[in-house]
Amino acid sequence: MKHIRTIFVKEWQDALRNKTVFYVVVLVPLFMVILPIVLLFLMARLPVSESDMAELGRALNNPMFAGMLPAEAMQSVLTSNMLVLFLMMPVMVPVTIASYSIVGEKAQRSLEPLLATPITTPELLLGKGLAAAIPGILTTWIAYGIFLVFAYFLSASPRVFSVFINPMWLVALFVLAPLLAIMAVNFGLIISSRVSDPRSAEQLGALVVLPLMLLFIGGLSGIIALNSMTFWVVAVLTMVADVALVVLAVKLFQRETILTRWK
Amino acid sequence: MIRTEGLSKVFDTRSGPFTAVESLSLQVNEGEVFGFLGPNGAGKTTTVRMLACLIAPTAGRAWVNNLEVGQDDTRIRGGLGILTESPGLYDRLSAERNLEIFAELYDAPDPQGQAEKYLRLLGLWDRRESDAGTLSKGMRQKLAIARALLHEPPVLFLDEPTSGLDPEAAKTVRDFIETLRGQGRTIFLCTHNLDEAERLCDRIGVFRQRLIAVDTPDALRRQLFGRQTVVHLARMDGAFAQAVRSLPFVQGVDVLDGADGGGKLVIGVQDPAAQNPEIVRVLAAQGAQIQFVNELRHSLESVYLSLLENDANGKERGA
Repeated sequence: MKHIRTIFVKEWQDALRNKTVFYVVVLVPLFMVILPIVLLFLMARLPVSESDMAELGRALNNPMFAGMLPAEAMQSVLTSNMLVLFLMMPVMVPVTIASYSIVGEKAQRSLEPLLATPITTPELLLGKGLAAAIPGILTTWIAYGIFLVFAYFLSASPRVFSVFINPMWLVALFVLAPLLAIMAVNFGLIISSRVSDPRSAEQLGALVVLPLMLLFIGGLSGIIALNSMTFWVVAVLTMVADVALVVLAVKLFQRETILTRWK
Repeated sequence: MIRTEGLSKVFDTRSGPFTAVESLSLQVNEGEVFGFLGPNGAGKTTTVRMLACLIAPTAGRAWVNNLEVGQDDTRIRGGLGILTESPGLYDRLSAERNLEIFAELYDAPDPQGQAEKYLRLLGLWDRRESDAGTLSKGMRQKLAIARALLHEPPVLFLDEPTSGLDPEAAKTVRDFIETLRGQGRTIFLCTHNLDEAERLCDRIGVFRQRLIAVDTPDALRRQLFGRQTVVHLARMDGAFAQAVRSLPFVQGVDVLDGADGGGKLVIGVQDPAAQNPEIVRVLAAQGAQIQFVNELRHSLESVYLSLLENDANGKERGA
């Protein structure tokens, strides 16, 4: 446990002094929380026409929005689609930290002295993994908290506000987000075994966002019904992927492989 | 303290199996400074990595601190210090923080105290708050050495400790290694610097994929070149060499003519301490004016190069 804590603290101290990582951890979530707040603000003030409602199309069929006035529905539907931004945070932040944490060690050649200590591979991976995953999860929850404060004041009605604390959002943020963070960390570790440049690792790591984009587009077009059941299904699939990725990451993270083959 | 039996490492490469270390059998005793010499790519770092439980041997066995490699790896790593080829520091963290992290990972009883002790010992205390990335190359190397010592390991692996350092920094590091020897630590020193090996090592092993020779530098000299006495004469005469050759214990005499009619006799002997007086007596009886008498000491470089050359010739003949 002591070794895990040492690695965790070291990773954080190192990450906070790395400007690239710092910007991703602070600025990306900031942008992602401002966007839905601005949308909420604008939607509360813009008039809603019949054609606007028509454009929402099948998205309005979602029982979540049943019985809402046009202005309420518009604000709820569009802002709900921003949920995907909150799910990008637990992916972007951990993938960036994990990429720099492992590939950065390779670049600095600090991995060999580290591996020569009595630290075990699970301790090392857990320390680095937690250092990458926890900030991603916390950032997401803090951003969600900030969003809720603004949503409370900017929502057209309590009915709109209740959409943002309904089971779908809660499942997405408190079940799926941590699972996505674990997936991102393991993806970062696996990528690290193939590239030696932190930026390449970060760019490749961004691929984890792709399934989320599909979810976002599906939800926006009304093809995928965005509800708590959908997010439970996505969470289960992510959990299965997490197990497979953890096994693969541990398998790839062999001391000998790292020292002799990671170039 | 360090023992290997038939230790081998074969890597699978795209072009087929590559033997980095072949059947290495070696013993390094407690408190000994052992120089592991060999050209680039000889397999020195691979050997150190096997002994430090970083990579697994393909064949053979090894023991460090009486613990077997492959059986007790975590404990072995806890009982040794290693200076890798590259310092590998956390450049964005301070010198002190770099040491504290490793003291914690090595389970040192007082991480901060140990970090302070070695920062002071290596003259880095005033720079303790500087980011490691801002330190000079010599300071970085000293910091990496300090990192290897935080848990007071009885066994140290030092891979090219003075490589790339300026003479002053190299001297500081060498002096520090001498201090460590005085503390009774077992030191396994990989180096290209033959003067350094001569000065620091009790024994050396010359290695290229396999162990070519192992002994003290003087013993290797004797094995390769025998012992030779050099007599400096103010005036050279053919009769002097003839008189020396007539002595029964003399194994050969070379005459080197110098300027102003002087010269040197290079005389092969077995026991200079016992036989030089007789040589001097014979020459004096011949009327030779002896200026100096000394033993010809081949440089460790000559020993090293001869061993590698003999090994290469042996391989060619074998092929």
